[in-house]
Amino acid sequence: MTEQPRLAEQNAAVLLPEPFVKWFGEKGWSPRVHQLELLAKAQSGQSVLLIAPTGAGKTLAGFLPSLTELANRPKRKPGQAHRGIHTLYISPLKALAVDIERNLGKPVEEIGLPVTIETRTGDTPSHKRQRQKLAPPDILLTTPEQLALLIASNDAKRFFEDLRYVVLDELHSLVTSKRGHLLALGLARLRAFVPDLQTIGLSATVAEPDELRRWLVSQASPGAMSELIVVTGGAKPDISILDSEERVPWAGHSARYATPEIYREIKRHKTTLLFVNTRSQAELLFQELWRVNEDTLPIALHHGSLDVAQRRRVEKAMGENALRAIVATSTLDLGIDWGDVDLVVHVGAPKGASRLAQRIGRANHRMDEPSKAILIPANRFEVLECRAALDANYLGAQDTPPLVNGGLDVLAQHVLGCACGAPFHADTLFDEVRTAAPYASLDRPTFDRVIDFVATGGYALRNYERYARIRQTKEGLWRVSNPAVAQQYRLNVGTIIEVPALNVRYVQAGSRGAASRGGRVLGKIEEAFLETLTHGDTFMFAGKILRFEGIRENECFVSNAPGSDAKVPYYGGGKFPLSTYLAEQVRAMLDDPQRWKKLPEQVADWLRFQADKSVLPKRDDLLIETFPRGNRYYMVAYPFEGRLAHQTLGMLLTRRLDRAGAKPVGFVATDYALAIWSLADMGWMFKNRKPSLATLFDQDMLGDDLEVWFADSWLLKRTFRNCALISGLIEKRHPGKEKSGRQVTVSTDLIYDVLRSHEPDHILLQATRTDAATGLLDVSRLAEMLSRIRGRIMHKNLEQISPLAVPIMLEIGKMPVNGEADETLLMDAATLVEEAMGPEMMD
Amino acid sequence: MNFSLSRATLIAEADLVGIAGERAVCDRRGVLYFPDLRLLAVSDLHLEKGSSFARRGALIPPYDTGATLLRLQAVIADYQPRIVVSLGDSFHDGGGAERMHSSFRERLEAMMGGRDWIWVAGNHDPEAPADLPGETVRELAIGSLLFRHEPSKTRIEGEISGHLHPCARIVQRGRSVRRRCFAGDGGRMIMPAFGAYTGSLNVLDRAYAGLFRLETLMAYMLGAERIFAISGSMLRPG
Repeated sequence: MTEQPRLAEQNAAVLLPEPFVKWFGEKGWSPRVHQLELLAKAQSGQSVLLIAPTGAGKTLAGFLPSLTELANRPKRKPGQAHRGIHTLYISPLKALAVDIERNLGKPVEEIGLPVTIETRTGDTPSHKRQRQKLAPPDILLTTPEQLALLIASNDAKRFFEDLRYVVLDELHSLVTSKRGHLLALGLARLRAFVPDLQTIGLSATVAEPDELRRWLVSQASPGAMSELIVVTGGAKPDISILDSEERVPWAGHSARYATPEIYREIKRHKTTLLFVNTRSQAELLFQELWRVNEDTLPIALHHGSLDVAQRRRVEKAMGENALRAIVATSTLDLGIDWGDVDLVVHVGAPKGASRLAQRIGRANHRMDEPSKAILIPANRFEVLECRAALDANYLGAQDTPPLVNGGLDVLAQHVLGCACGAPFHADTLFDEVRTAAPYASLDRPTFDRVIDFVATGGYALRNYERYARIRQTKEGLWRVSNPAVAQQYRLNVGTIIEVPALNVRYVQAGSRGAASRGGRVLGKIEEAFLETLTHGDTFMFAGKILRFEGIRENECFVSNAPGSDAKVPYYGGGKFPLSTYLAEQVRAMLDDPQRWKKLPEQVADWLRFQADKSVLPKRDDLLIETFPRGNRYYMVAYPFEGRLAHQTLGMLLTRRLDRAGAKPVGFVATDYALAIWSLADMGWMFKNRKPSLATLFDQDMLGDDLEVWFADSWLLKRTFRNCALISGLIEKRHPGKEKSGRQVTVSTDLIYDVLRSHEPDHILLQATRTDAATGLLDVSRLAEMLSRIRGRIMHKNLEQISPLAVPIMLEIGKMPVNGEADETLLMDAATLVEEAMGPEMMD
Repeated sequence: MNFSLSRATLIAEADLVGIAGERAVCDRRGVLYFPDLRLLAVSDLHLEKGSSFARRGALIPPYDTGATLLRLQAVIADYQPRIVVSLGDSFHDGGGAERMHSSFRERLEAMMGGRDWIWVAGNHDPEAPADLPGETVRELAIGSLLFRHEPSKTRIEGEISGHLHPCARIVQRGRSVRRRCFAGDGGRMIMPAFGAYTGSLNVLDRAYAGLFRLETLMAYMLGAERIFAISGSMLRPG
């Protein structure tokens, strides 16, 4: 498809206006084949998806159709009305929009194009937004949330009437979330304003390009797809796994053992980008590196919880090549140009082959030179996973997740947004919504329920007619009831839900706040973590060891605690569960001793010991080991299906084991395995088929057991909260007052309880269940697994713990034990009181 | 004492707490029952909170009144009290009683029948609820007890109040558990909010400053099956 260089060269002169040809010539460049191909397709009126590796000149390719068209456009005569936006560029990150403004501004200036480029993000001051409405730039660089806001304004139609192109950057990352659903609906609206609108999607390599191609164009004719241009190649990355001289730990996520070796690599390279999976890993690695940083190399830390100003400083220093190394989480995953990175170090397992490829793409933005990367497994299972990922990357395997249907909560938000813009007819809007790929299969009754929800809450008890937010006019048009509704909508737009978090503020040691306000804010930490701390606890944040002083309203006070160890670790392993694809690769590797030769000796030894003491699972089998230890009996299963699916499995199995009389006490789940411990001898029970493992792991657990557990699970409550916020049931913010104090708001947990018992089929609960099943619970993956292992369960009843079980057994006690054990904890606390009251306890 | 069997089994001696010499049951469902007086106290029902929010554009489910009344009906059926004291903020706002769906009003009136019903005035509902029976008072003194909505700043032994929606939090094994609670120090008692949509405020918050004797403060946290009595020293703020 792309292999027609000569033809393309000839085309260059035809396709490109003279000043562009000249500019390329002056630079000593020639336009790349895919850039011209994209231009040709766009000029013939088509929408295009461009899939290309980093460094392939994607950005310029995406904007060439706009720039060439704008170059040829006659100048606006004095007195003539301002023209609307010509090109809308949408990226998932504010920072990316700013970055593009800079990178695009340069050629525009050098070519001498009469093109105005501006950004519009949450940080854009209101006077500038006003001005943009009156005198729109030719190219507007923005985010999905800002698009939603623009659509909800009553001059939206006029503002967009000259729109020609929408360029969607990092499309692969946008489409997988609810932001993507909102954006798809926004695009559908834009197409309604401008029927011949063209889209240009820029994406990294994905597993199913056709999904993105459908996403880019109207689905009015079902299955319609955009054109596709794939740029293959780029030099094969040079990836290795750190062959450490140190002992690779059994468990844990810190990779602390490798710090000196990582430091050595930093010294040997110009700029090193160190990726980790979680914020806590970032903090820990940063600390450890500075502990050995005897040359005081400039090493910086970057993650999403740090104060914005701090992050900007780091980004700036990075752009100026002033840093030797930067420790980062996924905030830097996306396509920002980060200067001359010549090494990527990935600490911890990558969890997915595509993710690894994208992160490695960060290094070395010159497409023809190989990127260099080193993987640092944090524990032994991660060694296997890294090896599998590495093999996968060489094979070019892709495991980006499949797209899911659009959320109904997002649709509700969009419906209200449309009404804020202009009155709509339900029939017309329904047709429009279905042109968006995520909503192509939406049925009319569901759509009508969403409208009903937006209007009056959609309750069977029709009590709220008089408070309707949108009402139908005599002509059958839906319009907002009053201006306050629109105002409220604007403050709550978007699908990004922030976890409740508190500002972390520096104070003098020993002070509990009030007297010493005004210290520096270091960033934000989740309330859930801070709640477990007590005065004097130490923990790591913002690259420092901090002492917890106390919480006051929405601030957490901390003081410096240099020299001490951080006592309280953040819990949690990786943020991303192991991909199905990698899991399969790991199982395959376990089953194939030939492949162990590629593994470090100590890890291969570990597997040999396992084969000796127990057994290694066959590729498609599920190995279950049982053994006693201390005064407990343990069962360890190795499904390799990722933490979320294991957690769900653990919840369901403990219910069943409880019914079978095994008296389960707790369980812990990792990406690789699940361990359950009990008071009764499970090994004996399974051997005597009381119950048999086949019965225990029967697929029917996804029926009633799941339903019952669903009903009361905190996971569902958390999911419901997101749906309630996104759908506009409750507000994120209200004009003039930020939410404060638990007693003045209605918590979504309470709403959930009431709604579930009174109207279990309410549309928002329906949305919640769908979300939870695909998201936090990973039910579909569990279902696939249960079906795969039918008749393939291998039980090993052991005298003692097996080598393979050691990693998960070490996690016990480190991770919070899962289960609905709140009552037990209360009981413990109450018992302590009773004990403390007893005479023998008094001393 | 003259209990019917069914009522007597509800009350174990161990569950009784003393307030200024009177014995009371802290029921895990959030009501306080005085067996000697056959008096049931419930606080902060906040009926029609849902519709109060709906009026301002947040269309939260209109089932809170129904849910709250169902739970109240259950405890009244269990204890068969002679007197019910609703300790204020019975309705979320002044118009609440008027807005109440007729089916809920009927349910409420049914459970009011055959007993004395006292509406203590609260800050949300300073006036008597529209068209409902029962007597509305600022405060109510019975024996050594004084029932009022807001806890008074100057200490009154035997005061039973609500208003603050107390909850308590403990941390065990790295996990945090927060529950509504009765908060008492043997002299006064602050009741948890009963309403389905009522939030709560930690007993260690500033709002409670000076209200309790900290040495004897106990939080009776509401569990799924029982009350958990936790001493003040084990509680965490937030």
